Amino acid sequence: MSQLQHNREHLLHLLHAHQREHGFISDEAIVVIAKRLELPRAQVESVAEFYSFFSRTPHGKFDILFSNCTSCGDRSLMQRLCLLLHVEQGVMRDDGRASISETSCIGMCDHGASALINDRPMTGIDEHRIEAMTELIEAEVVVDEWPSEWFEVNDNVRCAGLLLSESFESGAALKMVTVEGVEPALEKIKHSELRGRGGAGFNTAQKWQFCREAVGDAHYVICNADEGEPGTFKDRVLLRSHADAIFEGMTLCARVIGAKQGFIYLRGEYRYLLEHLESRLEARRNRGLLGNRVLGVEGFDFDIGIVMGAGAYISGEESALIESMEQKPGHPRIRPPFPVTHGYLGQPTVVNNVETLAAAAMIVTHDDHWFNGVGTEQSHGTKLLSVSGDCTRPGIYEHPFGISIRQLLDQCGAEDVQAVQVGGPAGRLVHPSHFDHQIAFEDVATGGSFMIYNHSRDLLVVILNFTRFFRHESCGFCTPCRVGTTLLNNGMEKICAGHGTVHDLDEMKRTALIVNRRSHCGLGVTAPNAIIDGLKYFPELFEAKLLSRDMEPEFDLDASLAEARRLSNRDDAEAHL
Amino acid sequence: MNKMIKIDGVEVPFEEGQTIMDAALAAGIYIPHLCHKPGLSPHGSCKLCTVDVNGRSVSACTMPAAKGQDVENNTPAINEVRKSITQMLFVEGNHLCPSCEKSGDCTLQAVAYHLDMLDGHYPQFYPRREIDASHPSLVIDRDRCIMCELCVRASREVDGKDVFAISGRGTNCHLIVNSPTGKLGDSDIELDDLAAHICPVGAILIRDEGYQVPIGRRTFDLHSIAETDLGEVKLSKTEHHDEADASGDKEGGVYGV
Repeated sequence: MSQLQHNREHLLHLLHAHQREHGFISDEAIVVIAKRLELPRAQVESVAEFYSFFSRTPHGKFDILFSNCTSCGDRSLMQRLCLLLHVEQGVMRDDGRASISETSCIGMCDHGASALINDRPMTGIDEHRIEAMTELIEAEVVVDEWPSEWFEVNDNVRCAGLLLSESFESGAALKMVTVEGVEPALEKIKHSELRGRGGAGFNTAQKWQFCREAVGDAHYVICNADEGEPGTFKDRVLLRSHADAIFEGMTLCARVIGAKQGFIYLRGEYRYLLEHLESRLEARRNRGLLGNRVLGVEGFDFDIGIVMGAGAYISGEESALIESMEQKPGHPRIRPPFPVTHGYLGQPTVVNNVETLAAAAMIVTHDDHWFNGVGTEQSHGTKLLSVSGDCTRPGIYEHPFGISIRQLLDQCGAEDVQAVQVGGPAGRLVHPSHFDHQIAFEDVATGGSFMIYNHSRDLLVVILNFTRFFRHESCGFCTPCRVGTTLLNNGMEKICAGHGTVHDLDEMKRTALIVNRRSHCGLGVTAPNAIIDGLKYFPELFEAKLLSRDMEPEFDLDASLAEARRLSNRDDAEAHL
Repeated sequence: MNKMIKIDGVEVPFEEGQTIMDAALAAGIYIPHLCHKPGLSPHGSCKLCTVDVNGRSVSACTMPAAKGQDVENNTPAINEVRKSITQMLFVEGNHLCPSCEKSGDCTLQAVAYHLDMLDGHYPQFYPRREIDASHPSLVIDRDRCIMCELCVRASREVDGKDVFAISGRGTNCHLIVNSPTGKLGDSDIELDDLAAHICPVGAILIRDEGYQVPIGRRTFDLHSIAETDLGEVKLSKTEHHDEADASGDKEGGVYGV
């Protein structure tokens, strides 16, 4: 199947095209698509209902998804637009004109309040913009004709290190590997001690080596561009401005493991980058850096296709990503076996983060000490950090591992800092007393997210936001995470509403431990982190919200009588409990 | 020489390719489970079989047995965790044991008794879930579904069909039917299929068998869930054990939690 055909005929792509054209995935559409792809109808239905960018109920001609991230989200702006357009959140307006809802972080954290409008990211939204948008929507002006500056996305590189300061020469790493052979290239990566940049930190050379040695009908290399961790946007910058280094890293990996096909799994939120990436790929094909006989070398055949995600954080987990590529809901697989031996279509597969692949390509073209000459003993090289939140210079900071949290805060212009969330909601909530800790695998690890909260923020609301995120993103496969993330979210809702008691805190601690220890994959394992850290380092914030009673009912008795009061036109003291 | 693992201090032999669960069951050691069924591919989703192996938490049904594993299984701490997970399953759905036809034959209920679960502990979710009564001899009551996917796997792996799937995400997960209309009546499921009989709870019921065996004479009225050779006995209600000794090993009571 040709690259183009493969792309068009992928279930996720067909569903997306249908969603765009018709505003939703109807029962009939499911039958038609299932027939076209010769897939079980239930598989198509389960995929349509798993990914949040597909909907089973109609969406408006203007489909607006506001980010609900603590850095690039602003709920009040969404509510304002709902009010002006007379739209109820999550429900299409009767005339089919608009629908407004929220979505998990869209990776625009350095651009202020942001939203996706018919797949296009709109940044820097404010009150005035909301009013202007209202007029355009009411006048039915198509999004393509809206002011282009509303859709501006900049790289915002504030500090460039090894990777970002050099312009990569396309084909340099491939020339090296074709001239000198695979072994010296792999040896170089091994020597660099490069570890996975997605957060888990697995040794890259080892991963490639395992996959190379694994027996299979075919080998695959996948670039994990499902940058879903709230607060992370460094892959967005790499994909836009350093795509060649990424592709080169993939091609290099392909040469090492013996892959003929590679894929980029791109998060649905970054669909606006698709055209750009396709054109970069085409340019490489034209230059003989992709396709049959790469660089003219007999037997070196490799090409890259792009698979678009559709709004599911869990697809960033490598085995869930593979499931998603196989046109299924993104449920993490049982491990072992690992993707290096049983990955895409059951074949040996390397799944690497965007940044890892770019780094690998550049390591091969430099001398031995270029990369591991910087960093700490266990964390070599540099790391791209996505800095956002309460600071004057949000953006990308590339630093050698070992930089302290305090140094980074000083550099980005953060003042009066109450806490930093390092590694996104799945990471750690860091108290000021720990700001001298270092960014490193062995100290405070991060896939790149660095979100700053000053004293103007209610930290409990931040933690509540994270619990909502995990409740929404839990895939539902295993019991502790499926039910536990909802219990934790309910617990935080209760406390933030001022109805919590000491008992509720104890319950949350207990549930947090179960979800953390007993879940199937990393999502569940890390989901309670913010609550655990919050209770440990900021207990006074929780305690200040508690009722002095031992027990409080799960629901607010007085509030539940509101409708009765409204119907009887009463609001006197007697009508309240 | 047999390869060995240690479960709660007892040496247990295993063969290459066996999971901890396989080895335990073969040795007559019960590890609580709901989504596992020997003969079907392991799933590892219910997490009832969570054990600590050398201090690390794993699912016994999916973790390959390997030399040097020191498995903690039947400890108060782990059983407390299992009780909480069982309670999560109860509050997530609508499990009204006293009015459920499956009461006494229900594995979820039996596991709950086994773990001394006396209440749901967590606030009820009270989800709204659809009933599918389109089939002449089967009913799907999704209120009781625990997403174990036993029916999904039985249909696929044993019946050679593909009748069931789980759709949705998070707590919106729900059982769907692979038929043109999504209704069970329009699927190719047959009464003889394993998928029609394998439901460990009362989510897939056989209409004609309702209350044939009286409460008090049902599988878990007469047997403990911890009998590891129970596989042959339970879930085959047509051959019930009215003649069996009613004063045998009992767990729990007649009425549900």
